[in-house]
Amino acid sequence: MATTDFRVIGTRPIRHDGTDKVTGRAKYGGDTAAADLLYAKILRSPHAHARIVSIDTSKAAAHPGVKGVITGMDLPELGPGTIEVGETPSVNAMQMSTNVMARTKVLYKGHAVAAVVATSVHIAEEALAAIEVQYEVLPHVMDVRESMKDEAPLLLDGQTTTSLGKDTGKKSNIATHTVFEIGDTSKGFAEADLVVENEFTTSPTHQGYIEPQSAMVFWNSDDEITIWTSNQGPFGVRTNTALLLNVPLSSIKVIPLEIGGGFGGKIPVYLEPVAALLSKMSGHPVKMTLTRTEVLEATGPTPGSYMKAKIGVKNDGTIVAGEAYLAFAAGAFPGSAVGAGAMCMFTPYDVENLHIDAYDVLVNKPKVSAYRAPGAPQAAYAVESVIDEICGKLGMDRIEFRMKNAAKQGTRQVTGVPLGSVGNVEMLEAVKNSDHYNAPLGGPNRGRGVASGFWFNAGMQSSATLQVNPDGTVAQVTGSVDIGGTRVATAMQAAEVLGLEAHDVKPVVADTNSIGYTAVTGGSRTAFATGWATYQAANDIVKQMKERAAKLWETDASDVEFDEGTFTRASNSEQEFTFKGLAARLMETGGPVVGKATVTPPGVGAGFGHHIVDVEVDPETGKVDVVRYTAFQDVGKAIHPSYVEGQIQGGAVQGIGWALNEEYYYNDSGVMANSSFLDYRMPTSLDLPMIDTVLIEVPNPGHPYGARGVGEVPLVPGLAALGNAVTNAIGTRMNQLPMKPGKILSALGEIDN
Amino acid sequence: MAMVFIPPTMRDATNGDEKVSVHAANIGQLIRELDQVYPGMADRLCEDGRIRGEIAVAVDGEITEIGMFATVEENSEVHFLPAISGGSGT
Amino acid sequence: MTTNKLQVSVNVNGEQQDFLCEPRQTLHEVLRDVLGMTGTKEGCADGNCGACTVKLDGRIVDSCLVLGPEVQGSEVETIEGVASSDGLHPIQQAFLEEAALQCGICTPGFIVAAKALLENEPDVDEARIRHWLAGNLCRCTGYDKIIRAVLSASDKIKEA
Repeated sequence: MATTDFRVIGTRPIRHDGTDKVTGRAKYGGDTAAADLLYAKILRSPHAHARIVSIDTSKAAAHPGVKGVITGMDLPELGPGTIEVGETPSVNAMQMSTNVMARTKVLYKGHAVAAVVATSVHIAEEALAAIEVQYEVLPHVMDVRESMKDEAPLLLDGQTTTSLGKDTGKKSNIATHTVFEIGDTSKGFAEADLVVENEFTTSPTHQGYIEPQSAMVFWNSDDEITIWTSNQGPFGVRTNTALLLNVPLSSIKVIPLEIGGGFGGKIPVYLEPVAALLSKMSGHPVKMTLTRTEVLEATGPTPGSYMKAKIGVKNDGTIVAGEAYLAFAAGAFPGSAVGAGAMCMFTPYDVENLHIDAYDVLVNKPKVSAYRAPGAPQAAYAVESVIDEICGKLGMDRIEFRMKNAAKQGTRQVTGVPLGSVGNVEMLEAVKNSDHYNAPLGGPNRGRGVASGFWFNAGMQSSATLQVNPDGTVAQVTGSVDIGGTRVATAMQAAEVLGLEAHDVKPVVADTNSIGYTAVTGGSRTAFATGWATYQAANDIVKQMKERAAKLWETDASDVEFDEGTFTRASNSEQEFTFKGLAARLMETGGPVVGKATVTPPGVGAGFGHHIVDVEVDPETGKVDVVRYTAFQDVGKAIHPSYVEGQIQGGAVQGIGWALNEEYYYNDSGVMANSSFLDYRMPTSLDLPMIDTVLIEVPNPGHPYGARGVGEVPLVPGLAALGNAVTNAIGTRMNQLPMKPGKILSALGEIDN
Repeated sequence: MAMVFIPPTMRDATNGDEKVSVHAANIGQLIRELDQVYPGMADRLCEDGRIRGEIAVAVDGEITEIGMFATVEENSEVHFLPAISGGSGT
Repeated sequence: MTTNKLQVSVNVNGEQQDFLCEPRQTLHEVLRDVLGMTGTKEGCADGNCGACTVKLDGRIVDSCLVLGPEVQGSEVETIEGVASSDGLHPIQQAFLEEAALQCGICTPGFIVAAKALLENEPDVDEARIRHWLAGNLCRCTGYDKIIRAVLSASDKIKEA
């Protein structure tokens, strides 16, 4: 389909929820209130690894103003069963419950141990201090390689290594070892003229959403549980809370509030089951909000890693083989996205011979969560750094190299699955011809780096209903929380079908009793899949309204055509109704018209990105300034270009923070020393230039308007782009993140670090 | 005949075979057919009559959400991969 | 039974408000939980993110670093007071037009901070805006469109 022939798609209407958000009227997770509301707080482990010997809550329970106390023993024991937690492997339900509150052991500093509910948040905090916990401190292990050794202290009783799909029976912190392979790498490397390999380490980093997790829960006297929460997936909250509390699914209703950022980190449940139990105990609605320290220490960051990458090429730049070793630190329970990282890292390249060993490893850190293309940024950092080194050694232009080896439609990934229609080559051409790529560096101590990245994006289930109002506007109901402009992006798709303006469609995000099952807002799926749902629901409206026009014209529906918002009689083009005109006649012709759809669309469009960054390094302080940044991405079709640009800019800046400053800095006791926004240093406006974006539009044939998911790809290339830029500036390969000033000075030989 | 690609983690169950041709109209039939040729494959792929939560199935390049019920055509390619997010929604 | 709560009288967005609060309650908590004005958001509660920015006696402050009783007799402006009955403030309109918000949680803090800047300094450039807003964290936008919105608002205000 043409990508330019749309009326609404591709324009930039003001988002429907915008006015409420710029006036402070929109209600987010922490903005709830209720009569007789109580407040709960969680007591957390001060130790990285310890056995819980005893917990005495009696003094806390007796504290004036306290209405209930629980420990992990108040959560039900669960049978076998897994919980979906977004784009990371599904989790054993009992492990998820134990992460919500510890039972016999604490596995990281900050692990929840007990909770108190009281008439004020201050009284709840006082009462926490009155809970007496006896711990037997155990040795802890924080480094992924240390944890893989036989002598490492073991975190979970009964945890054995599953290697290549089979349980080895060996007790270990290595939860899984997976292999991905195509072709024959020994044959491939034997044909190489040049082989480059390197090893890399990255630290855990946090999604950094500005809004901490917050929920209000009421367990009423007839055992109906209502949850008000800001989470990326209300239906997931329903499923997971029901599972953890061992109550029927139908007893829970989740009302989504506006959400202050997620990036994958607000898919798991942390608070809801705890607040629910305290509500049951006290008979009141209970509200809980995490502090920033709790967010950093006890919600899931993305894993730290140790990686090796080895690539063999011919002198003309053809890649003949690639090999990688990925060890990701999953935290206290298994389930890092090391597999996803492995599946994406080589995908920008057409390589016949690949072998990847991927390890998911436990350490005494919080259990990791998804973070925007989880696993792929780390793994791309390794591959794109080695490619950078290869290009340097061959004296080959970095884009020419990528074009020579470019993955395209039909190229097999390391899984053997061929790529569908993708825009990698078109994107690389745009990079090659761009102003930034061809501009001089413009100063001393500067360097330029480039890197590619890939994410496959998700489809999954979405539902939509559309109700035609008598004035010709349409109410749209979906289950997709709006984190970054998806109300407007989905409404635009319905408007396009119906010949309406974006603001004639009124989008609402509904609770779990009011709309069909809808998967998370995440996975870069919402504009694609919920868009498909609104598109189909709109077409359902058109079909029904054709029948109404037929009634009014006393003909049959096959005699009615619809185009650009007008119904015309095929056999007599003098007879026509505008959408609004026909909407006014619905009551008299049979009643209201409601269109509906539920979809699990195939045809997901995968995405490629490429970033160029110029940096300036201060040789005295080691500080890195980002002086110019351009992010290219194949977006299929930008439904609302401003919000597509926004996704790219935001992801690029998270990559800058990750590459230059962000890390979990642990002391010798396994305690995070920088668990506040002061020292967990995310980029501010002063740290950055404008982030230029170039949207490449190779339409995805799997979507009516050509859309691909766009939200996650932007975080994938940045780590390597910055690593390559700093390397270019200082002349030494940077293979550890973050590249903070001390590391730069050490690489420059100025200090020992 | 549909072509089934066996991932490295399961080749111990197929005597090292990396690709198998199978006649089937859907994934459920395909797995039963595979199990006939390589006894034990069904257990590796399924639990309680459903694809294991940690495994994703791709038919002709598309990950399917309906597991056993996904249609397989005459010249389809079928891949088994680690699931990125597990299980079906409830 | 005695209470340790203090009576506080303060002008909020042009209206006199009287309330009781404990000495340990911050202005942030008072605005949200006592006065029900939830437009001022919490990001960190320790003065490092600016989500709770309000204007206090002409200066922008992190309301999480001010105690409730401290504002006795003061003038406080919050996000709820930025728009008027005539409509949105040019900064708010610019944020909408430039798509300068994605999740929107940081937006009230940015708008209050940017409004204070443009009231004091009608002529600003990108560098000045970035410096002034460095105390407001945003994780969604990368700041690009926020800066553009403030530049645009500055032009609109000067034209008017």
